[in-house]
Amino acid sequence: MISRRIFLRNGAFALVSVGFAPSFLARTAFAQGRSARAKQLIAIFQRGASDGLNVVVPFGEAEYYKARPSIAIQQPGAAENAALDLNGFFGFNPRLQPLKPLWDRRDLAIVHACGSPDATRSHFDAQDYMESGTPGVKSTEDGWLNRYLQARRVEAATPFRAVALTSQLPRMLAGAAPALAVNQIGQFGIRAGQASDMVGASFEAEYAAAADRVLNGTGREAFDAIKMLKVADPTKYQPENGADYPRSPFGQALRQIAQLTKANVGLEVAFADVGGWDTHVNQGAAQGQLAGRLDDFSRSIAALVADLGDRMADTVVLTMSEFGRAVNENGNRGTDHGHGNAMLVIGGGVRGGHVYGKWPGLAVEQRYDRRDLAVTTDFRDVFGEVVVRHLGVNDPKPIFPGYNVQTSKFPGLFAI
Amino acid sequence: MKPFISLVVLTSGLALISATPVPSDDRMIVHVLNRVAFGPRAGDVDRVKAIGVQRYIDEQLHPERIPDAAMSARLSGLTTLGMSSREIAETYEIPQLQARREKKQEAAQASMSDAAKPPAMPDPLQQKANRVVIELAEQKMLRAVYSDRQLQEVLTDFWFNHFNVDARKGPDRFLLTEYERDVIRPHVLGKFRDLLEATAKSPAMLFYLDNWMSADPNGPHPGTGLGGRARGDLPPPGRGARGRFGVIMPPRPRPSPQGKNAPKGLNENYGRELMELHTLSVDGGYTQKDVTEVARAFTGWTIQNPRLGGGFRFEPRIHDTGEKIVLGHVIKSGGEGDGEQVLDILAKHPSTARFIATKLVRRFVSDTPPPSLVDRAAARFRETDGDLREVTRTILTSPEFFSPEAYRAKVKTPFEFVASALRATGADVQDATPLVRTMQQLGMPLYMCQPPTGYKDTADAWVNTGALVNRMNFSLTLASNKLPGVVVDSLQSQVDSQSFTRAILGDDVSETTRSTVAKATSAPQMAALTLGAPEFQRR
Repeated sequence: MISRRIFLRNGAFALVSVGFAPSFLARTAFAQGRSARAKQLIAIFQRGASDGLNVVVPFGEAEYYKARPSIAIQQPGAAENAALDLNGFFGFNPRLQPLKPLWDRRDLAIVHACGSPDATRSHFDAQDYMESGTPGVKSTEDGWLNRYLQARRVEAATPFRAVALTSQLPRMLAGAAPALAVNQIGQFGIRAGQASDMVGASFEAEYAAAADRVLNGTGREAFDAIKMLKVADPTKYQPENGADYPRSPFGQALRQIAQLTKANVGLEVAFADVGGWDTHVNQGAAQGQLAGRLDDFSRSIAALVADLGDRMADTVVLTMSEFGRAVNENGNRGTDHGHGNAMLVIGGGVRGGHVYGKWPGLAVEQRYDRRDLAVTTDFRDVFGEVVVRHLGVNDPKPIFPGYNVQTSKFPGLFAI
Repeated sequence: MKPFISLVVLTSGLALISATPVPSDDRMIVHVLNRVAFGPRAGDVDRVKAIGVQRYIDEQLHPERIPDAAMSARLSGLTTLGMSSREIAETYEIPQLQARREKKQEAAQASMSDAAKPPAMPDPLQQKANRVVIELAEQKMLRAVYSDRQLQEVLTDFWFNHFNVDARKGPDRFLLTEYERDVIRPHVLGKFRDLLEATAKSPAMLFYLDNWMSADPNGPHPGTGLGGRARGDLPPPGRGARGRFGVIMPPRPRPSPQGKNAPKGLNENYGRELMELHTLSVDGGYTQKDVTEVARAFTGWTIQNPRLGGGFRFEPRIHDTGEKIVLGHVIKSGGEGDGEQVLDILAKHPSTARFIATKLVRRFVSDTPPPSLVDRAAARFRETDGDLREVTRTILTSPEFFSPEAYRAKVKTPFEFVASALRATGADVQDATPLVRTMQQLGMPLYMCQPPTGYKDTADAWVNTGALVNRMNFSLTLASNKLPGVVVDSLQSQVDSQSFTRAILGDDVSETTRSTVAKATSAPQMAALTLGAPEFQRR
């Protein structure tokens, strides 16, 4: 960390704080520090356990329809709101229509029957494991995305290398490497009404003069960040390519990720989360509760992808949820906590148009504990492949302690 | 710095430290108040100077002798603080569960379209239930700011964090009031072995680390007939109660396989964390085999009824009665005593003495604990059979504690920062709820640290750009009297920058900070620029 701060103090990026136009210099500094084709990862956490079987529907399984008499998504062509055929066996929930073009042009891949080797059906523990990247081990202090940041040091890292569009830093990004949690990027700064500029300058002077190396360095970063964000005024932001973000918190979070990306402030890892997936009661099918969540989810992601345009060539959007839901619907036309789930992987470099992972089947004896979709792909193999093949880490072992990461177990989401 | 150093040389050169009146430089007194307490209030430096630093420390080591009547008055509006877990469950949890169940039944009968709405909005009963944790957090903040038993509050914070439990895990949201009040607080200056057993038998910990559902893989055993539901239990839980993330309470102990990590009902979670985090530490010399053996010893340590706030219960039907070998000790008896024997073994183990000494020295002295002091504190732990008052005393009277290396060596955690700022400004907290929210904004939500490690006690965890900006903004909000429920009007009249920095920072600030503060156009701005300054981020 110290070498990074020394760079900030002496390097090109520090010029930002002496009064030049921040966005211009940031871009310059960024271009100097990293290749023009910097890779980016946008991680999306669906908190509450989304029902993967009704998101990516195995309509080719007779067992699916037996298990879900009132909430199943109909086979493609069977009805107005039927599944959108992907490959003759799987189909999208019709509310994922906004993402269908991405599948069609092979920018979107699915990993099904994916999840944790740990048996827990507690949201609390399962989210913890998915974020720490160490299923079964609770005492891990940092998150796997933070360990990625630690493992792959970037000389020209800016305060925006890792940003969560959340009020609190998520566990996945917590750890020794700096990461910023900011709910509304326009509100990041010193808030003292009319006196904001004056007070901000006073604080800045205090920290610049501090002999305390840690506080001095972080203080400089903080004021650099404030200046950079001031330029990136969200109220003036115009999405491109007709991107139409929902006005939901999730849509607005993704909009801000696009904005930060295009401001060239060095954003490498972004995080957003979206709740409301815990559909125990009246979950609905092509319409209803889950469909409402999927509508927001898919329109937001589709807008992000459209907005980022050709930047998607270097970007991966990865969605995840702590576990899936039971195969059988329950007595309340909902679903209870299950095991395996589906992840979406979107990006220009992704070998899309394919459902990855071994499909375990839904017959009772094929299920996990005779009730849930079994896990055939460890989520760490998906994370590991993204980290290695997309972000370019040579040795992923320190990122997934206690796990033998082997490229041979990667689903094959990226061309080698 | 110079006078400070020379005083320290003077004290540390003498063998009988406790008998030596320590010279009273303001900076040293501020140092003591920053470590033994949550920072100085206006006038504290003079008060400590009057009685002497050693006597102040000695007084703080005996909180039972310090009258703290004003504190009770401050807390009197927080009605859940004195309630048992059972009372809290009956008042706040059960009505909510029943309402939910009814709602669910209605919903199941209603048409789809009625339920096709976004996820449920906060309902009044849920808010009422959340009130329990909020009151607990308000209490923590109020005590840190106002209690005259400051060391007890510092240590309660330390030991709760050592034996961390997250309020967001299922029923722990209503078990923590009792946990802190009856399990942690009474033991922070007592025997470590007592504290350890109190946590081991607490429903909060039993639930948090899953031991309550850990069962003999070969059980359940016939006999005592305690497998069924206790009287007064709710009817069989359909899906159970849901918390913030819709957390489902795990089912009652079930002997069926739960997958690779919990073969046939044994759950190693508590056994592992007990050794790794509570006693020996990760390099403390135990093996995976020991983890399994400890987990076997603790099978049957469960909860009377977690949902109803019931207490500890030993359940022979799921206890593994076979022989266990823990760290080379053979445990033969079988029964509740197995777990107690494990606690004996762990509490007496030299790795435990060293681990506890290291953590306490890290809290009170430095992020890099001086090995000489760790050695002496660990030795004191062993000599006194884990007497925490004596271990703490050893640290607080050591030359290392008073050394120049220790001065401002610690970055305040967000909690320490907020409490010390409120003390510094003489704030009158009429409603602590906004401060509970502040702690969330500063990244340290009270009673909601997810991993069992607790919050980190080193600078790297708390120094980052977002956190620093938030601290500056908190300073501004507080000093300009814009924090709802908190009044700092004393500041307006009293503060000139000189006396404020002297009282709060021992007048030890950089020239830049001094001149920046002096240039401020109002008393609140002066205070904000002091509280948000780099010097105030350390203790």
